[in-house]
Amino acid sequence: MIHLLATPGQSIVNNINQFWLVLLVKAGAVVVFFLVAPLGVGYMEHKVLAHMQHRLGPMYAGRFHGWAQLIADGVKFVQKEDVIPTAADRFVFTLAPAVVMIPYILLFVVVPFGNDVFAENLNIGIFFVLAITSLSVIGVLMAGWASANKFSLIGALRAAAQLIAYELPLILSSAAVVMQAGTLSLIGITEAQHHYWFVFPQAVGFGIFVVSSLAELSRPPFDMPIADSEIIFGAYTEYTGLKFAFFLLAEYGGIVALSAIASVLFLGGYLPIPGLSFIPAPLWMAGKIGALSFFVIWLRATYPRLREDQLQRLSWTVLIPLALADILITAVLKVAL
Amino acid sequence: MIETDGRPRKSLPGVGLVKGLMVTLKHLLSRSITQQYPEEKPDLPARSRGVIALKQENCTVCYKCSRECPDWCIYIDAHKEQHEPAAGGRARSVKVLDRFAIDYALCMYCGICVEVCPFDALFWAPDFEYAEYDIRELTHEKERLEEWTYKVPAPPALEEGAEPPAEVLQASPQTTGQAVPTVDTASVAAPAPASRPAPGPAAPAETPEAPSEEPPPAAASASVAAAGEQAVMPTHEERVEVQPDQATFDRVLAEELAKGTDRRVAEGKARRAAMLEARRKRQEGS
Repeated sequence: MIHLLATPGQSIVNNINQFWLVLLVKAGAVVVFFLVAPLGVGYMEHKVLAHMQHRLGPMYAGRFHGWAQLIADGVKFVQKEDVIPTAADRFVFTLAPAVVMIPYILLFVVVPFGNDVFAENLNIGIFFVLAITSLSVIGVLMAGWASANKFSLIGALRAAAQLIAYELPLILSSAAVVMQAGTLSLIGITEAQHHYWFVFPQAVGFGIFVVSSLAELSRPPFDMPIADSEIIFGAYTEYTGLKFAFFLLAEYGGIVALSAIASVLFLGGYLPIPGLSFIPAPLWMAGKIGALSFFVIWLRATYPRLREDQLQRLSWTVLIPLALADILITAVLKVAL
Repeated sequence: MIETDGRPRKSLPGVGLVKGLMVTLKHLLSRSITQQYPEEKPDLPARSRGVIALKQENCTVCYKCSRECPDWCIYIDAHKEQHEPAAGGRARSVKVLDRFAIDYALCMYCGICVEVCPFDALFWAPDFEYAEYDIRELTHEKERLEEWTYKVPAPPALEEGAEPPAEVLQASPQTTGQAVPTVDTASVAAPAPASRPAPGPAAPAETPEAPSEEPPPAAASASVAAAGEQAVMPTHEERVEVQPDQATFDRVLAEELAKGTDRRVAEGKARRAAMLEARRKRQEGS
């Protein structure tokens, strides 16, 4: 595999010579992936949560173990009435779901599924990823503010506070990996893990990254922004139909996206486990995303929601100092070795 | 070093979190207990309260059920008829049931009607699949309520060694060799005692759905029980009383207690063994 190091950076699609056609194929592939992968994770969530509660989950849609449940849900969302509250700011209210969703679509542009299977190899890949994930909270703030509903507003502000608190450890823990790999490109970071996955030297960083991604995604146990027992459904309270479906899609798309980033940074991305290289690289990537998504769902089934102050304390007093120490040690070792 | 609830922490931080994950993982890997209802019939207890059945013959139109009903969901209409006695004398007035209906859209399945019915005209059957598209269809008239009696499970078998029910003795006097006066004050509503013996241990008492081809077990048991109420007194005097065998009682009690059985259970078992022994002895003697 190592001799392929020369070719990474050249996507297979680039063999087609027409610029616009290439662009179209890449964009199409990214959008299709964004629309399909979250359905897989959503279905997995249905099933895993159900079985962790001794239930069966969906069993009827699609005849075989309810595989088509989320497609059926999508059809249902399309049919629903699109309600916009009278007091709401119509334009911002309508724009918000798109603003939440688009960053996650864009994120898949740089995720590599093999050293020649990707849409774009940005040499500032991880920087792009971290910059763009924090955009989606603007959509949440827009949704909360435009809904003219106190629960939505509280939810949106909680989401913003949470993002600020957890963006920092997320970036710091990725920075340590970037320092060790010596590149910002996601392909470069993956290729740098040929000898060992970064989860071993950066175990602490991996833990910090996973916890902060959960908080970024407002996934339990960090789901205060949509805490349904306190603030109904946070910023999404007033949304119905397709707009609501977009938020859900963004949530599951976000799980896929951050699982993908975590596997690129820490689990060797598309690289196989030594001895199992006959399995194609994209399947390795998909498998690692699936495993991390399962872990995210597993946490949801296990832990109760944290309180708002506990959430802030965990970030500012534990994760950020740990991440800073992690960077310090990585830097010292990098220079020393 | 870190104190929680004033007690020092016993294990490393994070161990509890991992334990929690293991709990959910264990449940993920164990079989789910969901019963997929329409395909898979639920495993209900034999005496489930599914639907109330009416044995019309036993109803005396006393209105107790409809008055006790908390939801007022039982409708009863009746009229009086004069029956001329064959041997002459004063005519007897008899109430005839015209309508008996239960509105299952109102019923809350408390079972008070079944409980208060003095002549065993109402029973629980375990069937529950009688949902309708029209709410008015949920009012079951007496014909439909009668049909439910075919689904009523047979009464549980008598305990081994128990006295046969009085009404069975009464129905077949030749077995005891005693002429039993057939005093039947409620002859209008309660029919003559059934000649069928009470279901013995062989009767499948606990099958949730009695096959409807068989003669309705409820009918038999109902008339048996109804008649029993009238006939208990005369037969009771004729019943042979035996004193429990003290030696057997002591022996079985000691055995059971040695086995570690609960004292109350052990005493019950010992008493039963003593009664059986006493009865056996008596039979040998006669």
